[in-house]
Amino acid sequence: MLLELLDVRRTFGGLAAVDGASLAVEAGEVHGLIGPNGAGKTTLLNLISGLIPATSGTIRLDGVRLDGLPSHRIAALGVTRTYQNIRLFPALTAADNVLVGAHLKRHAPLWRRMLFLPSAAAEERAASEASLALLERVGMAERARERASNLSYGEQRRVEIARALASSPRVMLLDEPTAGMNPGEVAAIADLIRGVARAGHSVLLVEHNVKLVMKVCDRITVLDFGKVIADGTPAEVASDPAVIAAYLGGEAAA
Amino acid sequence: MSLEALQDFWLTYQSTVAFVGLNGLLALSVYTTLSCGQLSLAQAAFMAIGAYASAILTFHTQAPFALNLAVATLLPALVAVPLGLPVLRLQGVFLAIATIGFGEVVRIFLVNLDFTNGALGLTAVPQRTAIWMIYAALAAALFVLWRVRGSRAGYALEAIREDEPAARTMGIDVARYKLAMLALGAAFAGLAGALEAHYTFMVAPGTYSFTRVVDMLVYAVVGGTGVFYGPVVGATFLTLLPEVLREVSSRVGLQPGPLRLFVNGLVLLLVILFLPEGISSLPGRLRARRRARREAHAA
Repeated sequence: MLLELLDVRRTFGGLAAVDGASLAVEAGEVHGLIGPNGAGKTTLLNLISGLIPATSGTIRLDGVRLDGLPSHRIAALGVTRTYQNIRLFPALTAADNVLVGAHLKRHAPLWRRMLFLPSAAAEERAASEASLALLERVGMAERARERASNLSYGEQRRVEIARALASSPRVMLLDEPTAGMNPGEVAAIADLIRGVARAGHSVLLVEHNVKLVMKVCDRITVLDFGKVIADGTPAEVASDPAVIAAYLGGEAAA
Repeated sequence: MSLEALQDFWLTYQSTVAFVGLNGLLALSVYTTLSCGQLSLAQAAFMAIGAYASAILTFHTQAPFALNLAVATLLPALVAVPLGLPVLRLQGVFLAIATIGFGEVVRIFLVNLDFTNGALGLTAVPQRTAIWMIYAALAAALFVLWRVRGSRAGYALEAIREDEPAARTMGIDVARYKLAMLALGAAFAGLAGALEAHYTFMVAPGTYSFTRVVDMLVYAVVGGTGVFYGPVVGATFLTLLPEVLREVSSRVGLQPGPLRLFVNGLVLLLVILFLPEGISSLPGRLRARRRARREAHAA
C-alpha cells in the first residue's frame, strides 16, 4: 500500500479529534473519507500533510515515516493537498498559483537567471506552459491571467486542484473539493478526480456529497468521533449498519 | 543655467544626492525581509555592524576599500543566520519585538566596548565613499531583487507572504527562504552602513538607534512594498522633501525643523489612508481609473 495510517491519534486538550484511526490508500486508487461534521476528517488531512503533529501513531508513505517531518518535506516526498476553506495565494494569478505548486518540480538555479542565460528563460517558459496545461485540464485556461481573489468559488477550487497536481504528487489530499459547486461543476470534478487517479496519482477524498463519493471512490473509510467505524468498497460501506446509524441516517434507511 | 550655477548647486546638494542613494539602499534592506512577510527591525544593528567593521578595518589595516566593503556586506549576513534561526520562528509583532531587542543589544555593546570607543564612536573615519559607489551599490541591490522577482525563488517568497501554511504544503522550505531574505537584507544594511561611515567621517552608536529603523520602514511603506523599487521611490521622496520644505519655509518665514516633522507625519498618514500600496502604486491606479472612466463613457 502507498499511504498507511496506523493507530493515529490527535488530541486537542482533553478532546480526541482523531482517536486511533488506521487506514490505507493503495497506489492509483481514489479513497473516500467520509463522516459527520466534526468526525475528524480535516484534522486527519492536517496530520498527514504535517500542518499539525500527531499525538501518537504512525503515518507512512511507501514505507517512509511522514509523522514528525515538516510539511515541506512531506510535500517533497509526494503528498500535496487542497483546503476545505480554499487557500490560494489571493494576489497571484491563477497561472502563478499553479506555478508555485510546481516549486518542487522546478530546478532552476537563481544565478542562471541573474546572468540571463537562455537555459533559465527556457526553464521558465516550460514551467509556465506546464502550468497553463494544468489549468486547461481543470477547465480554467481562459481565466489563467485572473487574480485568484477575483475567481468564483468553484473556479478557485479547480485552480487549487491544479496547484496541488503541479508537483506530480503520489498522493493528493482533497478536502471537500465540490463544496459550493453546482451539479454541473460537481460532475466535472468527478471526471477530473477519476482522470487524476488514472494518471497514477492516488487521491484521498474528503467529501460531504455522498453521491459523488459513491460514484468516484474505489474504497471508502468512514470516520465518526475520530474513530474508523467502517472501511470497504462503496457498496459494503453503504450497507454497513454502523454507517447507516452514524452518518447516512434517515436518508439511507428510507 | 551657467556652469558656475551648476557647480554651486552640486556643492549645496551633493550630500542630499548621496543620502537619497543610501536611504534607498536601507529601504531595500527592510523591503527584503518584508517581501516574505517578515517585519525585521534589526536593520539598524546590521548597518552598525557593517559601519564599525569597515571603519575599524580602515584604521587598523591597509586593506583596499573594496575589501572593507565586502567584509561590511558579508559580516552582517553571517550574524543574521544565528539570529534568524531562533527568531524567525516568531510571527508578526513578536518577531518585530525580538529584532528590536537584538538592535538594542548591539547598540549597548557598541557603547560599552573599548575598541568601538564607547558612546563617542569612531571619528575622523577617512572619507573614501564616492557618490558613484553608493549608486553602484543601490543598482546592484535593485538588480538582485529585480531578477529574484519572477524566478522560482521569487514565487516562493510571494507564496510565503500570501499564505505561509499553504506555501509549506507546496513543498516550500519556508524557514530557509526567510533566513536567506534576512541575510540578504542584513547585507544591504551593512553595505549602506559602511558607505555612510566613509562618507560622513564618523560612526557612533546613536546613529543606529531604533528611530533609524523606523525611518527605513517609513521609506518602504510610503514608497510601497508591492514592487521591489517602491522603497527606493519612498526613500527618494522623503529624503528630498526636507530640502524642498527648507526652501519653502525660509520664504514664508517658518522654522524648517518642526515643519519637516509635521509634513513627514502628514505624508505617512495620507499614504496609509489613500494609497495603502504606496506612492509607487500611483501610476497604475491612475491608469486603472482612466480606463474605468473610458469604459463608463463607452457604455
